[in-house]
Amino acid sequence: MSEQHEIEALVSRDYKYGFVTDIEQEIIPPGLNEDVVRLISAKKNEPEFLLEWRLKAYRHWLTMTPPAWAHVHYPPIDYQALSYYAAPKSAAEQAEIDANRPKSLDEVDPKLLEMYAKLGIPLHERAALAGVAVDAVFDSVSVTTTFREKLAEVGVIFCSFSEAVHSHPDLIKKYLGTVVPAGDNYYAALNSAVFSDGSFVFIPKGVRCPMELSTYFRINAMNTGQFERTLIVAEEGAHVSYLEGCTAPQRDENQLHAAVVELVALDDATIKYSTVQNWYPGDEHGKGGIYNFVTKRGDARGNRSKITWTQVEAGSAITWKYPSCILRGDDSVGEFYSVAVSNNYQQVDSGTKMIHLGKRTRSTIVSKSISAGRSQNAYRGLVHIAKTADDARNYTQCDALLIGDRNGAHTFPYIESKNASAQIEHEATTTKVSDDQIFYLKSRGITEENATNMIVNGFCKEVFNELPMEFAVEAQALLAVSLEGSVG
Amino acid sequence: MSLLEIKNLHANIGEKIILRGINLSVNAGEVHAIMGPNGSGKSTLCQVLGGRDGFEVTEGSVEFDGLNLLDMETEDRANAGLLLGFQHPVEIPGVKNIYLLKESLNAQRKARGLGELDTFAFMKQVRELVKSMQMDDAFLHRGVNAGFSGGEKKRNEILQMLLLQPKLALLDETDSGLDIDALKIVSEGINRLRGSDRGIVLVTHYQRLLSYVEPDFVHILYKGQIIKSGDKSLALQLEAEGYEDILKAAS
Repeated sequence: MSEQHEIEALVSRDYKYGFVTDIEQEIIPPGLNEDVVRLISAKKNEPEFLLEWRLKAYRHWLTMTPPAWAHVHYPPIDYQALSYYAAPKSAAEQAEIDANRPKSLDEVDPKLLEMYAKLGIPLHERAALAGVAVDAVFDSVSVTTTFREKLAEVGVIFCSFSEAVHSHPDLIKKYLGTVVPAGDNYYAALNSAVFSDGSFVFIPKGVRCPMELSTYFRINAMNTGQFERTLIVAEEGAHVSYLEGCTAPQRDENQLHAAVVELVALDDATIKYSTVQNWYPGDEHGKGGIYNFVTKRGDARGNRSKITWTQVEAGSAITWKYPSCILRGDDSVGEFYSVAVSNNYQQVDSGTKMIHLGKRTRSTIVSKSISAGRSQNAYRGLVHIAKTADDARNYTQCDALLIGDRNGAHTFPYIESKNASAQIEHEATTTKVSDDQIFYLKSRGITEENATNMIVNGFCKEVFNELPMEFAVEAQALLAVSLEGSVG
Repeated sequence: MSLLEIKNLHANIGEKIILRGINLSVNAGEVHAIMGPNGSGKSTLCQVLGGRDGFEVTEGSVEFDGLNLLDMETEDRANAGLLLGFQHPVEIPGVKNIYLLKESLNAQRKARGLGELDTFAFMKQVRELVKSMQMDDAFLHRGVNAGFSGGEKKRNEILQMLLLQPKLALLDETDSGLDIDALKIVSEGINRLRGSDRGIVLVTHYQRLLSYVEPDFVHILYKGQIIKSGDKSLALQLEAEGYEDILKAAS
């Protein structure tokens, strides 16, 4: 069995040590109608305004059709066959789940542990990822509490979205849907109607968040479900760096994931949002895998505000994702750094939108795609310079790296400039990892696997440099694992 | 025991037979030159010894330092002490030269049970080599061969060779495309590797490299076979008379 197959087998088999359990959950019968939306809201004990917001989104969604313009292909999704709510587990149910978990790492499949080691996942996180009973790993409640106290000292709010709805309804009401309106697009509307949970972050005026958010919480945040909703608000002069995701392979029984992330940066605020995405990509024949249809958008609302998206996309069968920036404030800055790797039959249609509204707004786009196997990898980007955006500047660089000759890399850049003072640069390259390059490196004593990694990492360096340190190391390892066996 | 022992080596690319029974023995301490007209199989011989895919060895054997070379992966051949210097070194943008040098040295040290060289010692050694090849330090931070002139690429090959200190260097037309100054620098580099415990095989079209790196033996490869061997005077004869007479005499 080749290494590629081993990895495939590992990621594709039932995740018996992981999060998927056969314990029955309280599930609302499949299907979507207004009653289901009301029920979701009622179960979460939501205030009236939120229910109304959900219903409005639902009604709008009914009038919409799924986008067909992306360079991806999949059978139509039957939205009436999906379940939209799973209740939190009762204490008794949770106890039963815990009883079935491995008691320690000794009981976990060594192959899974080997993969975590390859990915450089910290030791204390491996146990939790492998589904070891949490109290045997560390007291997550106390860890969470410690960090929360530290954050509370400086006035940072970091909690689940549902929690924020109750503890800070005024903030939710003020900012929810102001960046991604409920009816923005088909998937965003669906999310707005039925979103399960997610994160809420609020950094008050002048505060620099004392830690990278979510590094310590990501294990706990993993089961937030298929319709995740995140809202991050940075007030005047505030700074925050938020990390989403995890390099460990994530498996989910829900094929469709439609998350929404909204960022709001007021005057002089900076938000850095980093993602490493490794959802189950399907098997080597293209069967199964997650559809990741995400709407992420940041509103650089204030003058001199800055929003940076950095993403490493390795998983999912289909990725439809365009983290964007609305550069509303004068002198605001938007950045997008992306590595999208696709192997086997994965399909990626990803990129960004930079909407320049304010004066002297600047945006930078660096997109690196790596296509292996029979995958299709498209960059789709819009640079829009509005009439109001005097002296706006954009620099776009799109590089594609091909491994093998059965895959495709595509670039769809859209540039709309309504202001003659704009400076827009677009550079694009396509290169191929050649047998000559691999042979050259091998002839110097380097293994084929390391040779590929050297080339791929060299190609992605500019983006990895933007990631927080520990994420960068994991991301390199993730690429290596994702591309194992793709050469030769 | 010889360092390299090639016996009756036959190799094809697809249907095409390129090597038709090569016999060659190289001992430690010796420098051999393999000469021959275009299409005689010189580069194929180098590629087969380096372990390049796409060639089929149909007959014969190659022993390197007591190992069955043809059974080994390319990287294992390198780690065992074989260095292939390329006629056309490939460009690898994005991978810095310094990174390649470090990775290859450490891979080879690891295969030989040695620890990684510490960065300080490594950098010192590399800087000296860069200087000796009359290159600029900035070269270390450029992509491997990316945008290099032909001469720079060949100097880079020799620099790698001097860092890796192979038991056997197999240099495929290292002299092609070099001006006289670069040829001198490259030749000096090759001469520095010469030693009683190392072997060098120079594959070349021309005598001029051999004026700087004097071979102990010269072989003429023609239609996939070594048809004549001799000492350095054979190369001079070739230069003076051309291939035609020698080929006639041999056939």
